[in-house]
Amino acid sequence: MSGIEALADHKRRRIEELIARTSDTGGVSLLRDAGRRLLRNPTAIVGAIIIVLFLIIAIFAPLVAPHDPVQRFPELIKDLTVDTIPGATAGHPLGSDPLGRDFASRMIFGARQTLFVGVLATLIGLLLGVLLGAVAGAIGGWVDVLIMRFTDVMLALPSLLLAITLVALASRSTQWTVIIAVAVVNVPIFARLLRGSMLAQRGSDHVLAARALGVKQRNIVLRHMLPNSLTAVIVQATLTFAVAILDAAALSFLGLGDPDINRAEWGLMLGVDGVRYFEVRPELAYFPALAIILVALGFTLLGESIREALDPKNRR
Amino acid sequence: MVRVILRRLIQLAATVIALMTLVFFWLRSLPGGPVDALLGERATPQTRELLTRALGYDQPIWVQYGRFLKNVVTGNFGNSIRTGEPVTAVIGRAFPATAELAVAAIIIAIGLGIPLGYLAARHRGRLLDNATIIVTLVGISIPIFFLGYLLKDWLTQGIHVFPPSGRISTGLGNTDVTGFFVLDGLLTREFDASADALWHLVLPAFTLATIPLAIIIRITRASVLDVLDEDYVRTADAKGLRDATIRKRHVLRNALLPVVTTIGLQTGALLAGAVLTEKVYNWGGLGTLITDSISGGRDYPVLQALILLAAVVFIVVNLVVDLSYAIIDPRVRVQ
Amino acid sequence: MPLLDVRDLSVVFQRKGAEPVRAVDGVSFTVEPGQTVGLVGESGCGKSVTSLAIMGLLPRRGNRVTGEVRFEDTDLLTLRPSDLRDRRGRDIGMIFQDPLSSLNPVIPLGVQVAEVLERHRGRSRQAALREARGLLDAVGIPDPARRLKEFPHQLSGGMRQRALIAIALACKPRLLIADEPTTALDVTIQAQILTLLKELVDDSGTALVMITHDLGVVAGLCDTVNVLYAGKVVERAGRHHLFGEPRHPYTEGLLQSVPRLDVDRGGRLHQIRGSVSDNIPWSAGCAFAPRCDRVIDDCIGDTVPLEPDSRGGALRCTNPVPQEVPA
Repeated sequence: MSGIEALADHKRRRIEELIARTSDTGGVSLLRDAGRRLLRNPTAIVGAIIIVLFLIIAIFAPLVAPHDPVQRFPELIKDLTVDTIPGATAGHPLGSDPLGRDFASRMIFGARQTLFVGVLATLIGLLLGVLLGAVAGAIGGWVDVLIMRFTDVMLALPSLLLAITLVALASRSTQWTVIIAVAVVNVPIFARLLRGSMLAQRGSDHVLAARALGVKQRNIVLRHMLPNSLTAVIVQATLTFAVAILDAAALSFLGLGDPDINRAEWGLMLGVDGVRYFEVRPELAYFPALAIILVALGFTLLGESIREALDPKNRR
Repeated sequence: MVRVILRRLIQLAATVIALMTLVFFWLRSLPGGPVDALLGERATPQTRELLTRALGYDQPIWVQYGRFLKNVVTGNFGNSIRTGEPVTAVIGRAFPATAELAVAAIIIAIGLGIPLGYLAARHRGRLLDNATIIVTLVGISIPIFFLGYLLKDWLTQGIHVFPPSGRISTGLGNTDVTGFFVLDGLLTREFDASADALWHLVLPAFTLATIPLAIIIRITRASVLDVLDEDYVRTADAKGLRDATIRKRHVLRNALLPVVTTIGLQTGALLAGAVLTEKVYNWGGLGTLITDSISGGRDYPVLQALILLAAVVFIVVNLVVDLSYAIIDPRVRVQ
Repeated sequence: MPLLDVRDLSVVFQRKGAEPVRAVDGVSFTVEPGQTVGLVGESGCGKSVTSLAIMGLLPRRGNRVTGEVRFEDTDLLTLRPSDLRDRRGRDIGMIFQDPLSSLNPVIPLGVQVAEVLERHRGRSRQAALREARGLLDAVGIPDPARRLKEFPHQLSGGMRQRALIAIALACKPRLLIADEPTTALDVTIQAQILTLLKELVDDSGTALVMITHDLGVVAGLCDTVNVLYAGKVVERAGRHHLFGEPRHPYTEGLLQSVPRLDVDRGGRLHQIRGSVSDNIPWSAGCAFAPRCDRVIDDCIGDTVPLEPDSRGGALRCTNPVPQEVPA
């Protein structure tokens, strides 16, 4: 046999060494490749940092916050009048809210409540949507038609309007009505996303190969199709989180939010007290608004970066 | 083409009926039913009894459902519980205000969004592009009612550039013809009224346009970048065509296809955004009507009709968008 | 004087956060007026990039083009972009691999043919469309008057490529560059398109640069062939020399891997070991060495130069395939 085996040892080693150096990017899996691009993308890093900070504040709120968020302080209450709400004082770095509570502590605990509302609304929407979409995509036929017509009907109403309708049609508003209304809005989006992705895969080579090997339908759906659809779902969920907290804020602004006056949630703080006392003390609106913008931005940045990284068009 | 339109109209009818059916059964599934929802829990049994009969809720559910559908089809939505007027009259009065606002917003969103998105794509990776991306991201992430308050605070309080609320200055004595104040002024030659109404329109329209504008910019930018990579643009380059010809004939037209679809979808966001914007600027349109119908005791007949209207507008706009898409893209036309 | 004289052309792609890639590495070749020259090699060897660099069609950002591309008396690489635009489509035409994506889907075919005449010949739209009809007829598109109003998706693949040829030849350029013009087509259509191309360039005296991975295409068309490997020309020869007695082991490998009906080899089709990713850099010897059957110790070390050979061509090889002694 001729070829490089016939060469002198040092020449052969030189070739092997040169090839090894040039081909270290070959054979990297799509996912790892995407991950590498994600880490190199400053947008993704900024988004991730915002989200991590947000999570830390939310989780460790009781340790970070100077006070109890529902406690009313006499030294703050005494300065409350119709057109003054005390600003920063000793021990209360952001001053008071309209009820004489420590605003800084409410902002910090607000991270927790906002996370709660956002995560639940996203998760509920995701689970219901994925379930519907998977059933539609896996079974097909009239079940598919029925589910898709149902999502059509839901999508015919603009999302916030649908949420407004759902809350309005409930006899009374609670935190759960808000969460469910915001969640339901996203059901058709997740359902269509998953169904579309599953249909695209039904004709794909790896599913056909699994079918040809005699893998059961149930296992094809669970082991082959669902995991592949998951990346798209994760991207959508990240983006949905941003929309969810914005929608929750909008509902609060319309007077359809959580009626519990003790609840410290950014959307509620902005939509109720923030706008009501805007001319008295605009900081009551600025801080929660800024927090919402930052967090929504963080999730949008991360979600879009993941989508971009997964896009095969942007490989290499 | 006609068959496509017909099929879409049938789909529209089916969607509307399905939506109304959902609303109907949802209302009846509430604890205590709609009567309790209307009267609250403290009503006497007598009034409850009276209202139940007056609204026909004592009859079997399928009779109610049949009558409900008949009413929907004939456009009879009953009377508003708050004011006692026919629902159609209440909505008819509020409609022009919202339409005026929404049209102004979509004009801003399209008129600024497409050129800005195009410019950003042409300057890919440079300052203008990066600035545009950041601004649009913030635009998508900002609660628009808060933006409304901010604009109001900056431009109507300290420096009186724009009026803070309402559609027209009181005491201007404008003549109401169509309910579209800007148009009315032009029709009746009360140009001062037109100008005043336009002046009132600026801030609300920009507030409402924020999200569609940001999204149109982003879609246009992405779409132009995609098209610039297309083989047929390279072909056009290989022909030696002038840059301006390539841009106009080969890039822009293809790049607009996804933008057109987006515009249709954004009318939905516009309807929802109108509810928030109208509350901020005390605008008095459909959005205000929704808020009032919810907060002042649930005014179900009005709400029901508004939901229906929103769905119909959204579907019809998207039908029109799809048809115009077919005009731009010959590939769709044939199918 | 040659019509096109490419001298030491190099293209380096420079992407953010990645090693620069030298896609074309000092390629030189000439094209005489009316001559047909082939650029042959596997995908990734730099042949398409070479053609795009000649036309000035590489994206402006992210790459560096050096060397000279002399067309008649002008160096196209130093030309102002607007002057280059004046020449593209008029003096040099180009056709591409995928005829569907190379035509604008939302513009009628007629306009796509006519616009090049409007641009370079100053025709009115009406006059250009009339002329376009004749051009479509000349490339063998039946019922051209109707086709002018149709859109690309309404045409068959072969028809689309004919239309692109009509566009490229509309202004009677002196040079046509064809980048894999038949790769995306059915085999039967491929032959038709090649015959058409040959007729057209023969009749009009247009020079043709044919870029392909398919030696079958080269055999029927090209006067001279340049074989490219990893961005460099490894062998240049006249068609008969190249097919009769290839000197470079890579060329020989390419030829042996073409299925042939006339010669019964009674065994498996030959294939070249490994893939382009097994290259070593030219600076360390011969890039093809790791895949070469004739590799010797001298192949590793210094860059192997391209040297003129006795057949009037050129060769870049330390241990070439021995020439057969004339009988």
